[in-house]
Amino acid sequence: MLKVITGNEAAAYGALLCRPKIVCAYPITPQSRIPELLSEFHAEGLLKGEFINVESEMSALSYVIGAAQAGARVFTATSSQGLAWMHEGLHWAVGARLPIVLVNVNRPLAPPWNLTCEHTDSLSQRDTGWLQFYCESNQEILDTVIQAYKIAESVTLPCMVCLDGVYLSYFAESVDIPDQSKVDEYLPPFETTLAYDNRFRMFRRTPAEPLDYEQYDYMTNRYQLHKLENTCIDTALHSNEEFKLHFGRGYDPVEEYKCEDAEVVVLMSGSAVGTCRYVIDMLRDDGYRVGLVKLKMFRPFPKELVRKALHGREKIAVIDRDLSPGEGGIIYQEVKGALNINTRNHTTPVYGFISGLGGADISVELIKKAILYMIKEDPPEDEVIWLGKIKNVRADQDENTINIS
Amino acid sequence: MKILSIFPETEYLQSPHTACTGCGLSVAIRYFLKAIGEKIVFVMPPGCASVIVNIPKRAISYKGQPIGLLACPFGAAATFAAGFKTGLTMVGDLETVVVPWAGDGATFDIGFGAVSAAAERNEDFIYVCYDNEAYMNTGNQRSSATPKGATTYTNPFPVPKNEHKKDIMLILADHNIPYAATMTIAYPRDFMRKVQKAKGMKGFRFLHMFTPCPTGWRFPTEWTMKLSRLAVQTKVFPLFEVENGNRFILNKEPARIPLEEYLKVQGRFSHLNNQEIEEFKEKVEQRWEWLKWLGNYKNNRPEEHRGKYDGE
Ligand code: SF4
Repeated sequence: MLKVITGNEAAAYGALLCRPKIVCAYPITPQSRIPELLSEFHAEGLLKGEFINVESEMSALSYVIGAAQAGARVFTATSSQGLAWMHEGLHWAVGARLPIVLVNVNRPLAPPWNLTCEHTDSLSQRDTGWLQFYCESNQEILDTVIQAYKIAESVTLPCMVCLDGVYLSYFAESVDIPDQSKVDEYLPPFETTLAYDNRFRMFRRTPAEPLDYEQYDYMTNRYQLHKLENTCIDTALHSNEEFKLHFGRGYDPVEEYKCEDAEVVVLMSGSAVGTCRYVIDMLRDDGYRVGLVKLKMFRPFPKELVRKALHGREKIAVIDRDLSPGEGGIIYQEVKGALNINTRNHTTPVYGFISGLGGADISVELIKKAILYMIKEDPPEDEVIWLGKIKNVRADQDENTINIS
Repeated sequence: MKILSIFPETEYLQSPHTACTGCGLSVAIRYFLKAIGEKIVFVMPPGCASVIVNIPKRAISYKGQPIGLLACPFGAAATFAAGFKTGLTMVGDLETVVVPWAGDGATFDIGFGAVSAAAERNEDFIYVCYDNEAYMNTGNQRSSATPKGATTYTNPFPVPKNEHKKDIMLILADHNIPYAATMTIAYPRDFMRKVQKAKGMKGFRFLHMFTPCPTGWRFPTEWTMKLSRLAVQTKVFPLFEVENGNRFILNKEPARIPLEEYLKVQGRFSHLNNQEIEEFKEKVEQRWEWLKWLGNYKNNRPEEHRGKYDGE
């Protein structure tokens, strides 16, 4: 069924189709519509499980952790400050190996207050061990939620689906909502191996009990986790192939767009990828051999796939909608790390752009400027190139900063 | 003697466990499990209890099978347990009793928002707060359950705690939860009865357990039971129950025992001078009078049950 819905609504429909037994979320701008719509589904009887209202994000996550521990399929959603408040629980869900699906609507962290879009909130949770996916369109949001359950439950790890605040969460587009029966075929009911077993009054697998020092020590837990994370990329690829068979569409962890003969490529994530596709088309018309690499999966970082996509290019640009202050872009660092492991004397210049922080528009013009800058300048003048308007920067602070606005 | 028959023989708390000698909490765990049986899952935030029953190995078991126990983040016992209970219900297990078992720090302080919210939602479990009046697991730090005048390692002499204990019972009872009760290990029959009463009910049940801690309070280990009893007799820790926030039952009439009996044996109060002891006494008397007044007032409202002392 085709329906014009917002990104938040796409996330809620995605969750509904996965038949979670327990939905527990605390509203926060710009995510509020997700729990609102799910509670409407619950009131109408469409959502068969329980819908729980709690008093905070930490409680929302704690609630679903408890429920997942009992063996139920669960769903929660949050954004920004809320995700930060969940931080302790985020680590917990991973250590206890619970296949929770969480939708995060990307928004900056205060101060100053800002209710729009930026990826730092979820990217800065990268070391918790949650799987992370970033979406480009509302259709992708709905589909990724369904895929997220598939992946999370097959590797028994929690999974975060991220979407851009405002740009996706509030903007509506036409989305194909698949039939329940089709989703059921793709995603069978959750058979847990972690749940509490009443007959034996104990948990069948010990990771759920981090206090059980005797049987399951911390280092073993982390070792297994690390090994497992590396297999998640294969799982994601596999689940996506299966998804394609069922629904006729899919999203690779790393997607290449017009990259076959591209000399320079841009790598980025989130809703601005759509804008970038348009810019690539434009520049191709002008005779530039440019391509786009879309990074959908951020954790575990698909190193091999990124290396393959970037192999043999003359120049690479990474446009980050996030910032690790003093360091630059988070994805930029990850990409550099991945390339350097591959070839110790890797010489392809990587241009790190920071753009669109706090919801600033990553416009067609900006992306075009960035690409032309990359083609013209050799090597980049600085590690961090600010793409957009910076107001009131003092001259002495400005000397090492290149502003492209 | 009839009540004695509800005192099951089975021992669930096995030796060795890692409680300090004379620990009141270990006795509480023992009584509690006897009264409630083996079909339970504890949800334990960090605290003495989680250490006692789980390190170096699971010390609570039934016929060789460990009793269910889930660890949870410090501030999340109530919510975690609520999720677990709902999860169990959704996967078809209606039988298992879920018991968040948290210390005073996890209940009065860091987890308070979650406890209050779970009470407001009337989540279906028995919330147990074992109150040793400080964070003993982290080595004796003050909590909002520490009485005014006590020293702890974060309120060392000559700067004892300067604030009164938070009245958690009345705060939670005012959430109109089905059941709230205070209990302590020196009154095992009363203890058993309250646990079993709670077990027979639905919704949010709150048990406030007073568990003397020789290590933190600095008293001789053989005084645990004695202090537990003295706390009730001197009105420091009155035994009472509140049903639905509006029926008060005061269980024990205090004895005419001077408060000094309770205070003098504890190192944490040894610095108190006469004037400070008088202040302590006054506060204790005030609270007792308030409880009686409140009990009378609530019980005598027309549609409610008449007030009474449950007596011995
Ligand atoms: S510190 Fe106190 S409460 Fe903790 S185990 Fe020792 S005696 Fe018991």
